[in-house]
Amino acid sequence: MVHEQMAHLTAIVASLAPGEQKYLFQARQMQALSFAVHIPLVCFGIAFPAMLLYVESLYLRTGDELYRTLARRWSRIMAALFAAGVVTGTILSFEMGLLWPNFTGTFGSVFGLGFAIEGFSFFMEAIFIGIYLYGWNRLSPRAHFASGIPIAIAGFTGSLTVISVNGWMNHPTGFRLSHGNVVDVHPVSALFGNWYFWHELVHMYLAGYMVTGFVLAGAYAFGRLKGRWGRYERTALAIPLAAATLASVAQIFVGDWNGREVAAAQPTKLAAFEGLGQTAKGAPVHVLGWYTHGHVEYGIPIPRLLSFLAFHSTSATVEGLDAVAPADRPPVNVVRFAFQTMVGIGSLLALLSVVYLVAAVRRKRLPESAWFYRALVLAAPLSVVALIAGWVTTEVGRQPWVVYHVMRTSDAVTGAGGIPVGYATLAAVYLALACGVAWVLLRLYRKPLDRGGSQQPASETA
Amino acid sequence: MHLYDLPLVLALIGLAFYMVLAGADFGAGFWQLTAGKGKQADEIRDHAHHAMAPVWEANHVWLIFVLTVVWTAYPIAFGSIASTLSIPLFIAGIGIVLRGGAYALRAGTATAREQRGVDSVFAVSSILTPFALGTVIGALASEQVHVGNPGGSLVASWLNPTSITIGVLAVASSAYLAAVFLSGDAAREGRHALADRFRARALAAGLAAGAVAMAGLVVLHFDAERIFRRLTEGVGLPALIVSLTAGIATLLLVWHRRYEPARYTAALAVAATIAGWAVAQNPVFLQGLTVRQAAAGHDVLVAVVVATLAGALLLFPSLALLFRLTLGGELRSGKQGSRESPVRSHQRQRLGARLGARLAVAFLIAGIGFLTIANAAWAHGIGVACFFGFILSGYRVALPDDVVDTGN
Repeated sequence: MVHEQMAHLTAIVASLAPGEQKYLFQARQMQALSFAVHIPLVCFGIAFPAMLLYVESLYLRTGDELYRTLARRWSRIMAALFAAGVVTGTILSFEMGLLWPNFTGTFGSVFGLGFAIEGFSFFMEAIFIGIYLYGWNRLSPRAHFASGIPIAIAGFTGSLTVISVNGWMNHPTGFRLSHGNVVDVHPVSALFGNWYFWHELVHMYLAGYMVTGFVLAGAYAFGRLKGRWGRYERTALAIPLAAATLASVAQIFVGDWNGREVAAAQPTKLAAFEGLGQTAKGAPVHVLGWYTHGHVEYGIPIPRLLSFLAFHSTSATVEGLDAVAPADRPPVNVVRFAFQTMVGIGSLLALLSVVYLVAAVRRKRLPESAWFYRALVLAAPLSVVALIAGWVTTEVGRQPWVVYHVMRTSDAVTGAGGIPVGYATLAAVYLALACGVAWVLLRLYRKPLDRGGSQQPASETA
Repeated sequence: MHLYDLPLVLALIGLAFYMVLAGADFGAGFWQLTAGKGKQADEIRDHAHHAMAPVWEANHVWLIFVLTVVWTAYPIAFGSIASTLSIPLFIAGIGIVLRGGAYALRAGTATAREQRGVDSVFAVSSILTPFALGTVIGALASEQVHVGNPGGSLVASWLNPTSITIGVLAVASSAYLAAVFLSGDAAREGRHALADRFRARALAAGLAAGAVAMAGLVVLHFDAERIFRRLTEGVGLPALIVSLTAGIATLLLVWHRRYEPARYTAALAVAATIAGWAVAQNPVFLQGLTVRQAAAGHDVLVAVVVATLAGALLLFPSLALLFRLTLGGELRSGKQGSRESPVRSHQRQRLGARLGARLAVAFLIAGIGFLTIANAAWAHGIGVACFFGFILSGYRVALPDDVVDTGN
């Protein structure tokens, strides 16, 4: 009886086997585009509510209308970004099935629970954001402040559950494979008993504060260069910037920890980060350059540094790309370029952060040099680039596997046609959405300050 | 009922909530699209927008819930559906993006003309999405999908009489629900002329939805015989009767301007339709695949059910709060409310800046020690906590005094 059932299941899984897909690369690109659009919005979901609540708590403590005005104006920005985040996140969950039905169809029972729980975080976020945004004039100040707290908590729990799935894809546990079938599934231990996602979560959480902080600060820094510089603007710049700078300093060490975790569990991925063709004792790091024929050309070598960073020993052996067959290696230059971009920008942001922190702590005021503010304007887009480069590093570095060493991405892809059409359509729609959101943000940015904070035009929606 | 049915029942409950709540949102978009021009039309568009704006995001999360439960508990079925019905699902996804885009963009509009533009452009999605999702249900009901990647025709699976009829029915019932809800909202605000305009729409849409539903039964008779039989003479009959009765009751209630009870009967009509479909289709999930065969292992099903019930404990009180505030008119943005000024609370002695700075440095050094130099997992845990301590204790120090003056 059991045997019969097994035979039947085998037949089912066999018929869900990969279809012919000429457009695997386009499918990956489409997924990457969807992530790249969604991930910066996630940062605002993680960090913006906490910053808003801090501003609102200042208002509750001091009664100073300036803080209320600031919080209200920020909450409109949050509304627009959250709406864009909701819909781009919905697209991602559609694509789990539309682009990778074999991945979801085979392993949905193992990792799906993470998304199911994430759904509830998403619910809490959406419900309380509705209350928070539309409750400014209607709830008592304390009740209104309290309605924002679940948004900040849900931002954290939401990223926790989603990243637990990503951690599982990189370090799959909690199931057994028997004749190509997934058996003995223990979803809770697969996702949350798996230590491999904690470093990713902390890294991403700090990145959320960096991106949100630098993007907001960059906007007000731009205003300062144009002469918009009162107490309101100084406050609006300093509150996100202080968070971003502290996070940037911590991120240096957290990033280093991430590198060591990857070295321990995914040596091939680490080798791709560094373009290490051959397994070596006392392996060097190369800054810049280009990977070709098993080594990095035109790079600046720093001897033994990779061994030291990865294993805390200058003579440690680091596994190279040659440890696995060529078909099992990720596209080295993409991964390496993304990795160097992330580390390079991260280091520059940390440097800028130290400049700020020294000025703020020692002189107890904001820096005065116009160059500092020009650097902040530049830091805003760079922080987003570093964020996306970081995700490219880990996701392309996972290739050619969708479930590390278990299922290839090429076996996960849909057998349905029309991927190029879908990709083009999505790109066009996202371009329109990006233009629309940019237009809204510009509108909100240019809207003159309304110090009373209680006047609302009839047309106001958020 | 068996354990392997439970997650599907939860997903169907989620689907019913989605059809009612997000359906009303799409329906609101439908009335925006068809409002025409002029002052009255602007009023309709505005009302439709304001009534939905605080709740639309929460309403759309129901779909995410349905997707995630199905792919966790019935992965093989989900993979086959997503692959085979990729076209309507993609259209629905794009429609959802556009609908959300309308809410994002409306925040920046300054004039009625801009708002009209935004509403009309994006309201198209309000027809697209329910239609596309309706065709997906139609494809399942007429057993057009079997296991495979893809398992069935990419086009004929959802462009067939049953799918198209259910797609049209989804659009009509969305418009119906929205008109009922919006008349109720307008009446609550004492805007009776506006309520009457939505009342007329509700009656028209209700008759249209009823006619499509009747036509749908005829189509099912020819196209999906098994479901038709089970709906009209078997297990699905009670649900069909409830749905019909609730639909007619809603029309009568709306006719007599009893909008509040009409909300619930309208929702019941939609929920009963879904229930009828589910019991009539049971135990078939896809062509050649029963629910039992599609279900994941025991541990997974238990985990999904437990997680969902635990989530529901958090979700329903929160949803109740949101709807109570919205329906009570407390979250309308147009009107002014009295606003109490915050009482100056007892000023907390803030951490001396000097102490904060020292603490931050201590946390930083400890963090480097535990996270960077030590190599054990437990040490890394402490190290991460130290870095968060560094950020929290350093935060106030990193804010210049002239920027944040808390009154000390």
